[in-house]
Order: sequence, then C-alpha cells, then structure tokens
Amino acid sequence: MDQFLQHIVNMFILGGTYALLGIGLTLIFGIMRVVNFAHGELYTFGAYFVYLASALLGMNFFVSLVIAIVFGCALGAAIEFILLRPIRSADIDTTMLVMIGAMIVMQNTEQYVWGGVAKSVNTPFGESALVLGPISVSWLRIFVFVAALALIAGSYLLINRTKLGKAMRATFQDRDTASLMGVNIQFIYMATFALGSSLAAAAGALLGPVYVISPQMGNLASLKAFAIVILGGLGSIGGATIGGFILAFAEEIGAGYISSGYRDAMGFLIIILVLMFKPTGLFARAERIG
Amino acid sequence: MKRLFPWLVVLAFASIPLWLHDPYLLNACITTGIFIIAAMSLNLLLGYTGQLSLGHVAFFGIGAYASALTSLGLDVELIGGFRVVHEPWPVWMGFVLGVVIAGIFGYLVGKLSFRVRGAYFVIVTISFAEVVRLVALNWVELTQGPLALTSIPPFTFGLPGLGYVDLYGKVENFYLVLGVGVICQLVISRLTKSRVGRAMVALKENESLAVSVGIDVTRYLILAAVISAGIAGAAGSLYAHYLRIIDPDVFMFLYTVTMVIMVITGGKGTLAGPIVGGLIFGFIPVIARSFATPELQWILYGALMILIVFVLPQGIVPAIEKWFGVTDDKSATLEPVKP
Repeated sequence: MDQFLQHIVNMFILGGTYALLGIGLTLIFGIMRVVNFAHGELYTFGAYFVYLASALLGMNFFVSLVIAIVFGCALGAAIEFILLRPIRSADIDTTMLVMIGAMIVMQNTEQYVWGGVAKSVNTPFGESALVLGPISVSWLRIFVFVAALALIAGSYLLINRTKLGKAMRATFQDRDTASLMGVNIQFIYMATFALGSSLAAAAGALLGPVYVISPQMGNLASLKAFAIVILGGLGSIGGATIGGFILAFAEEIGAGYISSGYRDAMGFLIIILVLMFKPTGLFARAERIG
Repeated sequence: MKRLFPWLVVLAFASIPLWLHDPYLLNACITTGIFIIAAMSLNLLLGYTGQLSLGHVAFFGIGAYASALTSLGLDVELIGGFRVVHEPWPVWMGFVLGVVIAGIFGYLVGKLSFRVRGAYFVIVTISFAEVVRLVALNWVELTQGPLALTSIPPFTFGLPGLGYVDLYGKVENFYLVLGVGVICQLVISRLTKSRVGRAMVALKENESLAVSVGIDVTRYLILAAVISAGIAGAAGSLYAHYLRIIDPDVFMFLYTVTMVIMVITGGKGTLAGPIVGGLIFGFIPVIARSFATPELQWILYGALMILIVFVLPQGIVPAIEKWFGVTDDKSATLEPVKP
C-alpha cells in the first residue's frame, strides 16, 4: 500500500510535465497538422538551457527556468519560420520527414556540444523532502508539479480567454474561413509552434533537474507526447492534461508491478490500444480545441 | 538496351570484389547492400502504396533475431512453466524462418494498423517497433538482452555430396547479399508491374476512387505489408549471419530513418530509387569518417534529408528520367492526380 501511494505521488509529478508536453503537441498537431518529431528535442533543449544558465553561468535557478522557456519559444519560432513556412502546402508526410531531419540535426548537435556524459543541475531545494507518514516527496518535485499546473492553467487561459487564443481556435476549426475573417494565418501558425515549443522546453526545464540531462532524454518524449495526444483527443487541452496523468500512471504502475524495463512500453501499448479501439481519443468532443 | 541495362548494373556490382581488396571498403559494400535490400522493401510500402511505415526496422530486427535464434537454438520458459526447447537448425532454415516470421508480423501489423491512415498510421508503426525493441531488450532469457546474441553461425553453402563451405569471408558474403538483392528486386519488379502493383499505385493516388472501382484496398495493403516485411526480414537475416552478433540496437529508430532517407533520396515508387539512394547514403559515412565524428555525420544526414525534401521532393531517379526524357516504368512515374 505504501508503495502504491508512492507511485501515485510520482504519477502526479511526472504527469504534470507529460501534460505540458502533450498540450504543446496537441496544439501544433491540431492547428498546423504537423507531426512534430522535434518536440522531444525542444524538451531536451529546455533542460540544457537550465543547465547552461544555472550551472555554467551561475544564474538563479528560477530565472534560468524562465530563460529556458523564452529560448524554447524563440527556437520554436525559428524552426517554424525556416523549415515549415516554405512547405506550408506540402502534405503531412513531407513535413514529417522534414521534422525527422530537424530532430536528427538537433539531437546530434546536443551530443556534439555537450558530449554524452549526463549533466545534473543543483537546485535551491537541495535534498530536503516533505515526509508524510510512509511517503516522502522532495520539495523540488512539489515545485515541479505546482509549476506545471500553473503553466497548464496559463495555456488554458491563453487559448480560451485571449484574442490570440480565439484566433487559434478559429484556425483550428476552419483555416480558410478564419483567414477570410482577417486572421493572420502565418502569424497564428508561428505563434502556435512557438507556444507548443515553449511548453515542451518548460517540461524539459522542470523535469531535467529532477533526473539527469542527456542528449538522448528527448528520444522518447515526442512519442510519449503523441501517446498523450492520442489518448486525449486532438486539440483538447483538457484531454491532453488528463492523458498526461494517465500515461504517467500507466508507466508508474507498469514499472512498479510488471517490470521497470517495460516502463517506456506503456505509452506505446496505450497508443496501439487506443487507436485500435477508440481512434478519436478518450475525451474528444468532436474535433474542437480548448 | 533498356532491358539489358539492369543486368549490366548487376554485372558491374559483381565485378567489385575483383578489383576492390580493401576489407573495410568491402565491408561497407556488404552492409550497404543489406540496407539497400531493406530500403527496397520499404519502398514497396512507401513508394507504391504510399504508406509511410516508420516502424520498418522492426521487421528487419525480427528477421535477424528469428534467423539467429533458429540457427543457435533456444531454451525458454514461458508463462506457466511451459518450456520451449529448440535444437540448432541449419542457417538456411533460419533464413527461411526469418523471412516467414517477419512476414507473419507484417500481416499482424498490417491488419491492425491499416485501420488508420496518415499520421496515426505512422505513430502505430513506430510504437510497434519500440515495443519490439523493448521486448528484445528485456526478455533476456530469449535474446540475451543488451548482452547481445553472439557467435551466430555464418551462412553455409554446399551441394549434396560435395560438402559444405562456411561463408566466413567478405567476398563470399558480398556475392550472397548481391544474389539475395537481385532476387528481391526481381520479385518487387514483377509484383509492381502486375495487377497487384497497379492496384497499389491506384490506391496511393486516390484511395476512395480505388475503392469505388472495386479494389479491395485493405487486402492489397496487407499483401504489400507482408511481402515488404518478408524482404526486410531477409535483409535482417543476412545482417545477423554476416555480423554474427546482434543486440537490441538493431531496432533503433535511426535505422528506419536511414531506410527512409535512402528511399526518398533515390526516388520513392521507382525500382532504381532505393539502390541509388542506398549507394549514396551507404557511402557517405565512408567518405565522411575521415573528417567528421559520428555526431557530425548524423547532422549531415539530417540536413541532407531536409535539403532533399526541399529541393528534390520526387528524388534523384525521377529527376534524371525527366532530364533524359526516359519513362521506362509508366505505372510508377504517373503524375500525381491533384484532387
């Protein structure tokens, strides 16, 4: 039972960052119809930006988190402008191949610049932990969970309460009509990709210090994000949030009670099962964003 | 002349061991050849039916493991104390079983994943490959996990009454790979020029139209998946018995990416495409290794992939054919129909 409670606690911490990853991807895939294979690399970049700012340049930990998110946003905008804008009318397979190319370039650039040795980041939380009876949670993990929730709430508000969000939702529903109504589609696409990228970078920036940072950490992140999107239904922030927690739960239970080697298989099994039996996702209310 | 040209190419390839004696380069030729066979099998799905299967390395790896385990023998305890013991069989049996088992997996994956299309199809195929990789990594009793299957026997060749020869050497393996490659290419060429091939191209160009004229789309897709998986399994088997060691890294996503780059660079949906693309990307590492670390080589790979999609979206072979005004393969070079 104690072990189970510990798994549940871990699920919440992992699930928060998975939800961030999933929301970023569901926005990009939903609005732009781009299968973003580089999503996991944005996640890795977020983690390395934190390492660069806080461990190498000696900045405050919280400031370096903000820097990581801002740089993730800028990197996303640059990728959109250089790689995706010129092939806007291309089919989904073409953009997929371009994003795979981008993933390979980015991952090996990380490997080249930082080397294969994993890095760790010291945080102001140190090793202190909150002990509640049989379970203990480090303060760092609690902070990660709270920050992830804040970012989820922030993106929900951005999509549902701002003018930019309204334009994004309009583009998701009908690109051509939105364009006729005066929505600047090019800008919306760039903003969407930048927002999705900064959420992925935020997930990496938050989770990186909890574990270690290595060039391969993003390898599975894109696919896990896809599992979340498929679970939650396309373009749904609420669905992606719940999907993130479900995936984290499945991984924790899988690792704890089946075999730790199969932790990463859980996401893939979820993908296969959901697509076989309920291809619209568990929470899709038609194809809608918000 | 047009009919002779492919055989002249085969002859040119066959002459390579006569003038090339450097073992490193010969090794590069053999591994390139194996990957060309894998790329040819991917081309059947990607180029002719238009389905981007990004889990193709799973069939390659399944072929490699099935073939290796058949020839090494195995002793595994399944759930419920059920024990499977298998005595080592000759290598050629391993090859056949590698092809068959990969084909069966192709059938199962096709049956499941062709229910969805586009991005979802891609994700299902990748997921399948990753699950297989994790099984290979964690089912240590069967696969030795990360410790790898070692001392896999090489191919043997022989005639009854004359005795058998082990194919340890590079030259022998080169001709073996070339022979298998030619057979696979003949199979694919026959298939794509038949009724089945035309049905595949029809469903690539316009699936709903193909359905409306009575083509059983799912049946042809699954047929393509089975043949494609079987050929990938053959390539995997060659790989296992040539290297004589395999570990779960054969299931790496980057190998699928390598096959995809080869196909799209050469020209998807053309018979010569995977060979041209395969030769280019097989020998880039040979040239690049003198001045670039592996990371830089991969960066080059990725950048080239983006560049080719931007500059030559149809690939090299169709561009050359257009340049010379040759269209030898009408079914494959049809202009795509814009809806």
